[in-house]
Amino acid sequence: MDGAEIISIIKKRLPDFNAISVVQDYPDEICIKVKPEVFKETCLTLHKMLLSPVMMLFALDERKTREVFAVNAVFINLKPGQWIMVSMDILPEDCSFDSLAKNIHSAALFERQIAEMFGILPQGNPDLRRLNLHDEVWPQGAFPLRKDFSKMAPGNLNEYKFERVEGTGIFEVPVGPVHAGIIGPGHFRFSLAGEPIVNLEIRLGFTHRGVEKLFEGKSCFDVQGLVECVCGDSVFAYSLAFAQAVEKISQAAVPSQAAYLRGIFLELERMYNHANDIGGIALDVGFSFPAAYAALIKEAVLQLNAKLTSSRYLKKVNTAGGVLVDLDENKKQMLLDSIGKIRKDCAALSTMLNSSVSFMDRVDTTGVLIQKTARDLGVVGLAGRACGIAVDLRKCFPGIYGEVKFRMITQEAGDVLSRLKMRFYEFEESCRLIEEFTAKLASNREIKVNPGKKAASSLGYAEGWRGPVLCYLKTDQNGLIERCKFVDASSNNWLGLKYAVLGNIIPDFPVCNKSFDLSYPGNDL
Amino acid sequence: MIYILKNRILKGVLSRHIDSGLSQEVEFSGQELKALIRKKFGRSLHIRQVDTGSCGGCQSEIISANNPIYDLQRFGINFVASPRHADALLVTGPVSKNMLLALKKTYAAMPEPKFIITCGECALDGGVFKESYYIQGPVNDILPVALHIPGCPPEPLSILKSLLSFLKQ
Repeated sequence: MDGAEIISIIKKRLPDFNAISVVQDYPDEICIKVKPEVFKETCLTLHKMLLSPVMMLFALDERKTREVFAVNAVFINLKPGQWIMVSMDILPEDCSFDSLAKNIHSAALFERQIAEMFGILPQGNPDLRRLNLHDEVWPQGAFPLRKDFSKMAPGNLNEYKFERVEGTGIFEVPVGPVHAGIIGPGHFRFSLAGEPIVNLEIRLGFTHRGVEKLFEGKSCFDVQGLVECVCGDSVFAYSLAFAQAVEKISQAAVPSQAAYLRGIFLELERMYNHANDIGGIALDVGFSFPAAYAALIKEAVLQLNAKLTSSRYLKKVNTAGGVLVDLDENKKQMLLDSIGKIRKDCAALSTMLNSSVSFMDRVDTTGVLIQKTARDLGVVGLAGRACGIAVDLRKCFPGIYGEVKFRMITQEAGDVLSRLKMRFYEFEESCRLIEEFTAKLASNREIKVNPGKKAASSLGYAEGWRGPVLCYLKTDQNGLIERCKFVDASSNNWLGLKYAVLGNIIPDFPVCNKSFDLSYPGNDL
Repeated sequence: MIYILKNRILKGVLSRHIDSGLSQEVEFSGQELKALIRKKFGRSLHIRQVDTGSCGGCQSEIISANNPIYDLQRFGINFVASPRHADALLVTGPVSKNMLLALKKTYAAMPEPKFIITCGECALDGGVFKESYYIQGPVNDILPVALHIPGCPPEPLSILKSLLSFLKQ
């Protein structure tokens, strides 16, 4: 679909629609620029037409060059795989826009981020409490992502207002930010009536490190270390999304051999994380033998990573333009041997869990997220596929995955058991993909090109193990980053967890939480 | 259950496709560590872990250090759920402003005598997040640190070895 077709489809719903400009710089990305008055209507039309949640919504401070703020919303077109970006300018003296959140719930959290980071007010958004800049430590009126921000000025601090459920017999259980396990920090506040959870409020932002600001002003060729530290369990997915954005900007053609290697590493990352989660689910219901067994599988994949790339978490493997680590014949053989063994182990683990009635009783129909709720909230990735939302970037943007006939896996029930099954099936599929990709590696191969510098912007993406990792990158002519925005699959999926636990009891919360296994650092940035 | 038992009887002790050199090294360092912990801490060293804004890599490796391959617990190192039970606080992350209070409170909740271990590059000096507007750290400026475990993230074996060389002093 090209720009003109998109416009004609929008016009069917909005007869007097007029875009300022429609640009298609890259085959998989269409940017429609509109006036602020029609921004909301355009987004709403695309949301209904493409059945896509707001995948990204973010602002840019362009007051230096064009004297405006810009706000971009990104939607996904599933067939053919395409990103549709709607963009508008906001005048600094106005500094507000009409909120999308009342009509499209998936925009709500993004709007709150825009409000706290840029001071641009989404008018009509019913909830403008800050997410990452906590009221207890950060005064009102300091907006760190504005270009003229330099230092926090002291000011009045406030208290955060939690959602309150009131009534006879309602009580609250606050948990966190420091949890009982070895895990990231977040605050969970349960409201209960008797045993069932009536409301769960998740307060995050504890791992906010100002990542987006750190990118600004640095060359896009020497931020690899930072990209790989955004989210420590999705190192490769993040570096892939970022590298892809750089490659799109410089229009570097990545060698196909590098693409296969990337495919292998991305699937290895998926495998160790899925093994970790399967073990976590078993552990959270107190079934420790399979949990230990899963930990062995995870360790085997991590050690395999170390042998192949000398990094257990695949750091310093990927780069803009290709990959830095090649697999020679010995390594290829080792990879195939190990995958064979790991696959057998995983099958044994699956039998172990499936043959335990009491385990199945704990996970079946626990923590159900129904498809309608998930669609409204904009739940994506594995958690979305577990309740029937068939979106997988590997399917929408096939590339090398099309060559090996990638099979997308979905489930319908949306409970802990379906998310567990998803992990087993995806693990199995990852093993197959790695074998297929390894077979496609030629002997003499080029695995890296050198991308150039250019003033442009683009969207990089990768299907990480949780779901899509998106990276919007804008650089100037020297290759310095003006804006880098990551969106992890976790951001809206945290809301999915909130709804999945309703009606369950607190002792089931850990297993529900683990079945989603969402990222704190990827969400808080 | 029957499946697990049947396999256990049929296969005996499962040999794993892991490095045998590695497990010998773990065993060797671990036994030394165990002897030291027995002497200095009355059989067990209890550690409470706090994440102050790390990327999650360090946590993953600390969890790996407790998997059946390394299994720090058999050498007397327990990761506990409450700071009230802990001898040492293991801090990961560069200390974001939001976690400052939680870190201090966790430390205050620990009984004396107590000490702090930091883990990973960003806990040492902020690492890649050093210049950020939202970083309060490093940990050493806020609380007294007794030991640093280097690495980004540190491998389970180097966690073990760092603890060993620290306890030898």
